[in-house]
Amino acid sequence: MAETHSLQDLQQPAASSKVFVQRDYGSGTISKFQTKFPSELESRIDKQQFEETIQTLNNLYAEAEKLGGKSYLEGCLACLTAYTVFLCMETHYEKVLKKISRYIKDQNEKIYAPRGLLLTDPIERGLRVVEITIFEDRNIGSGR
Amino acid sequence: MHLGVSESMRECEYSQISTRSSTPMETPYKHRTPKRRKWESFPGRNKFCCNGRIMMAKQTGVFYLTLVLILVTCGLFFTFDCPFLALKLTPVIPVIGGVLFLFVLGTLLRTSFTDPGVLPRATPDEAADLERQIDVVNGGTGYRPPPRTKEVVINGQTIKLKYCFTCKIFRPPRASHCSLCDNCVERFDHHCPWVGNCVGRRNYRFFYMFILSLSFLTIFIFSFVITHIILRSHQSGFLNALKDSPASVLEVVVCFFSVWSIVGLSGFHTYLISSNQTTNEDIKGSWSSKRGKDNYNPYSHGNIFTNCCAALCGPLPPSLIDRRGFIQSDAPQLAPPTNGTTMYGATQSQLSHMCDQDQCIQSTKFVLQAATTPLLQQQGSEPVVLTASPENGCSVPGRTSLGQPTPPTSTPSLSCHEATEMLPIHGQCHTHNHSHPLQEPMAHHHFLTPEEMPSPPGMLPCGSPLGHSHTIQAGFYNPASQDSLHEDSVRGLVKLSSV
Repeated sequence: MAETHSLQDLQQPAASSKVFVQRDYGSGTISKFQTKFPSELESRIDKQQFEETIQTLNNLYAEAEKLGGKSYLEGCLACLTAYTVFLCMETHYEKVLKKISRYIKDQNEKIYAPRGLLLTDPIERGLRVVEITIFEDRNIGSGR
Repeated sequence: MHLGVSESMRECEYSQISTRSSTPMETPYKHRTPKRRKWESFPGRNKFCCNGRIMMAKQTGVFYLTLVLILVTCGLFFTFDCPFLALKLTPVIPVIGGVLFLFVLGTLLRTSFTDPGVLPRATPDEAADLERQIDVVNGGTGYRPPPRTKEVVINGQTIKLKYCFTCKIFRPPRASHCSLCDNCVERFDHHCPWVGNCVGRRNYRFFYMFILSLSFLTIFIFSFVITHIILRSHQSGFLNALKDSPASVLEVVVCFFSVWSIVGLSGFHTYLISSNQTTNEDIKGSWSSKRGKDNYNPYSHGNIFTNCCAALCGPLPPSLIDRRGFIQSDAPQLAPPTNGTTMYGATQSQLSHMCDQDQCIQSTKFVLQAATTPLLQQQGSEPVVLTASPENGCSVPGRTSLGQPTPPTSTPSLSCHEATEMLPIHGQCHTHNHSHPLQEPMAHHHFLTPEEMPSPPGMLPCGSPLGHSHTIQAGFYNPASQDSLHEDSVRGLVKLSSV
């Protein structure tokens, strides 16, 4: 082999494990995540902080899927223009998804990354789960 | 290299770290594989056109028939009947006909080409996590009865969420797995061969508008062709009228048969929309009062008007499958020594990213596993998929999986030729769909703990530390990857030995 690696020689990047927060279907088919605090995060983050994050996400998704005058207007306008209007503008849902994306990035920067955690935007997981990656900081020297 | 990576981790800065190490070795191979879009490795049975913009079912023969029928009938109408009618009655007739025709065509194409609300399959990590939870529930014994249902209470009704063995998720309420397209679809209504696509959450309103406008168009054409024939008969007699305009006969026949079915279907779907049910639910009688006195539809908004508005004018959710995104295959095409791992890099989905040395180590592990564990075991120990040991885990935040070396089978990226052996296994999963639990392969499961794992012989320089490596959590073995694992490890062995 042209290259040989010794594990000891390698830098030891942080290992990771993942926790998944599943959907909460108690209110129907709307996008909502369980606010139950996963036990794996107990040592890492405040329960309240976590619940607040999830609750805000739930509120944002509820805003995206809200049935109201504004969404009906948008729907009717779209129908009348044979949906060509969406070539020029975003749907309300897409706008809120962008907002959610920014919120998650913000939360990661301020709260989760300093604790060695990372939230993955649920849209990247098909709105099935909120994936939280836990990075274990292992100070591994050449002792292995 | 990794130094910079671990430093930034220690500084706890949130910055997107590139998994591409800028080793000179890598650069010659950098431009080898063109960036592939996600639709190219989509696991469902779908057809994609226009570089992922258009999504249809695989069987589209009947859809073309629908198109031909509509185009031919309308074409004949505009060519043979409209001139007469425009002169005799009013030119508004062809105008209205034209508008209806365009609307029908637009909604048909929209229904056929739109993603109906396909749920992307679970990532390997998610699937493993779910299996682990179910294992805990079942008492952690060796034999696991297949995960079946989860109960949830929605608006006072207890609803069972079924586990989909193909997609490895618990299906949301109202979702169903379409066996033709091999996808779980949200708010699954039915698979319509006439439009060549499933009808689900995202295209139901287009489907409804299609059948509604088609009903109007059919009735419109039917009535005006009859009018045309009658008016001509006044002029020159019935038989002569038919001779002068033979196309009208064809139109009448087509429209006559279409009217019954299309208008009936429109009426049926109007009822479904007003009661907020899907065809699936109606056929099964899920919310029928015959099932019980307390049985009611928990999704209904209470009144017909709200139900209609919600179905037709409600917010349109975007597609969850991101067809046109690029596959994040960061696994670089490396120098020959690490060739054994490139197949994993090439086959990975958008999820697992591995560092260069990581891949070398993982491939070595596979080789050793293949060498030390018997092939095609039916009972007892099967090779454990070792997840990232502390030495190997890649530190890219948010983009690493557990360094699972197996090619993810739930989203097989078929970019690599070696990955094709996953297809028959995948096909096996198809047959064991939601109706038949995937019992046989799973029943013979036995998770090896790291302690049980045979210690590999010190074949390679990096072999001995492997024997002492600790896994963070027990590897979760994917039955579907067993054969591919074996194949890949054999290939890895061959490639490594060829250097």
